[in-house]
Amino acid sequence: MEEILEIIEKNSKYTEKEIAAMTGKTVEEVQAAIKKYEEDNIIVGYPTLINWERTSKESVIALIEVKVTPQRGEGFDKVAERIYKFPEVKSCYLMSGGFDLTVIVEGKSMKEVALFVSERLSTQECVLSTATHFVLKKYKDKGTIFEEKTRDDREAIFI
Amino acid sequence: MIIEDMILSNVRNMPPSGIRKYFDIINEMKDVISLGVGEPDFVTPWNIREAGIYSLEKGHTHYSSNAGFIELREEISRYLKRKYSLDYSADNQILVTVGGSEGIDVALRALVGPGDEVIIPEPSFVAYKGCTVFTGATPVVINLRHEDEFKLTPELLEKAITPKTKVVIIPFPNNPTGAIMNREELAAIVEVLKDKDIIVLSDEIYAELTYEGEHVSIASFPEMKDKTIVINGFSKTYAMTGWRMGYACGHPVLIDAMKKIHQYAIMCAPTTAQYAALEALKNSDNNVDEMVKEYNRRRRVMVDGFRKMGLDCFEPKGAFYLFPCIKSTGLSSDEFCEKLLLKEKILIIPGNAFGDCGEGFVRACYASSMGNIFEALKRIERFISTIGN
Repeated sequence: MEEILEIIEKNSKYTEKEIAAMTGKTVEEVQAAIKKYEEDNIIVGYPTLINWERTSKESVIALIEVKVTPQRGEGFDKVAERIYKFPEVKSCYLMSGGFDLTVIVEGKSMKEVALFVSERLSTQECVLSTATHFVLKKYKDKGTIFEEKTRDDREAIFI
Repeated sequence: MIIEDMILSNVRNMPPSGIRKYFDIINEMKDVISLGVGEPDFVTPWNIREAGIYSLEKGHTHYSSNAGFIELREEISRYLKRKYSLDYSADNQILVTVGGSEGIDVALRALVGPGDEVIIPEPSFVAYKGCTVFTGATPVVINLRHEDEFKLTPELLEKAITPKTKVVIIPFPNNPTGAIMNREELAAIVEVLKDKDIIVLSDEIYAELTYEGEHVSIASFPEMKDKTIVINGFSKTYAMTGWRMGYACGHPVLIDAMKKIHQYAIMCAPTTAQYAALEALKNSDNNVDEMVKEYNRRRRVMVDGFRKMGLDCFEPKGAFYLFPCIKSTGLSSDEFCEKLLLKEKILIIPGNAFGDCGEGFVRACYASSMGNIFEALKRIERFISTIGN
């Protein structure tokens, strides 16, 4: 049944009818499966991948390495929760290696992101240190290359 | 001098491809969705392209040995073993060719000439007949039947065999029908052939594109091993059509004979492509899995779509073609395709382009994006609903 997930992970715009045709299932089966995935929090959202750089909207993205002290009895999860609940935080991952959390923050300007780091993030009791890296350009995100043209340039040949 | 008279009659008399006119039309037309071209829409996976580029950077720009790099032949040998339980020695049983097509050509040139007969099941890839005719041998066509799902049956084969038969071509998974032959069905063919002095040319270029069960090679039957030449290659499996990489495997005597022609005509397959092919065999199973999965989804969409239009369409289990019957529309294959192209800007190929028995059918290739396929199905449905109006 994971085939449905693989299909909509690539393109969530497919209709249930189309997914049914692709998987050889009935529309009702597809509907039921998707409903179940949503209920079980396996499908957690349907966001759209947008190349904001081609719009007039100004935005700045930063990847922040965060070292934290895990809280007694709560481990990293509670610490992470305090951080990822800020709406500025777009992604938050627990890491192995040299630091603990990757926090991806989006703001309207560098100043806004810097303020968030200095006033909201660094001031958290459990945060030991942060290292902020600003994203200069997105080449590829979620498996999609942003500037790639998909033009069919196959020539007419008889085979 | 009449220059036309200088051309050999069997070349001169070869009719030009009947579908040339379609290509001429689409060159003048915008926004055509082509389900006509028989090649993957995917670009060659990056690791394979990168290996080709790297070989150029390192200056690997010389000939390889005639049969192809030994490393590549060894990798082909391992691949055939792990995929299809076929045992071929890299030393003298594998010839790297310029696409599967060259393998077909040199095999026929090594085996047949005037007076010999080559059995060709149709509908099938047009090169079998062409290459046979160019050798001076006589093609003997078996008309495969829709009711058999275009599989080769022992009865049809038996009827076609004469004392002059030297080669039988076994083209499965099949272009243009998408038909495959499972082990049981091949076993029945083996029964017919095992005691006869006939070489089998088994074109398995679409082997990896098998959607139900596993591909079975006729060469995996012990009694057929020595009398079969297996043709395979990288074009369809790894989306490498433009690299022109194929190979032929068989008994050392057969491969040696083919190598003689190959070394005079071609020298060796392109070196850059050989390096890329090596990477393909070593590190691209995941890429192949992904592509096959995607083809399979498109296949289901196409079968579902054509059947909902009321066309009789058996389920193709291999390659990337659908071969629906359009007789119910009252149009010939040619009329159907030409009208569809002019009215709805969809290119598909008339079935009779692959043999006379393909009349009444059309070939639609689903090596095209899912978006294109949904759009094409919509337009074909609209076209069919207006026929006769």
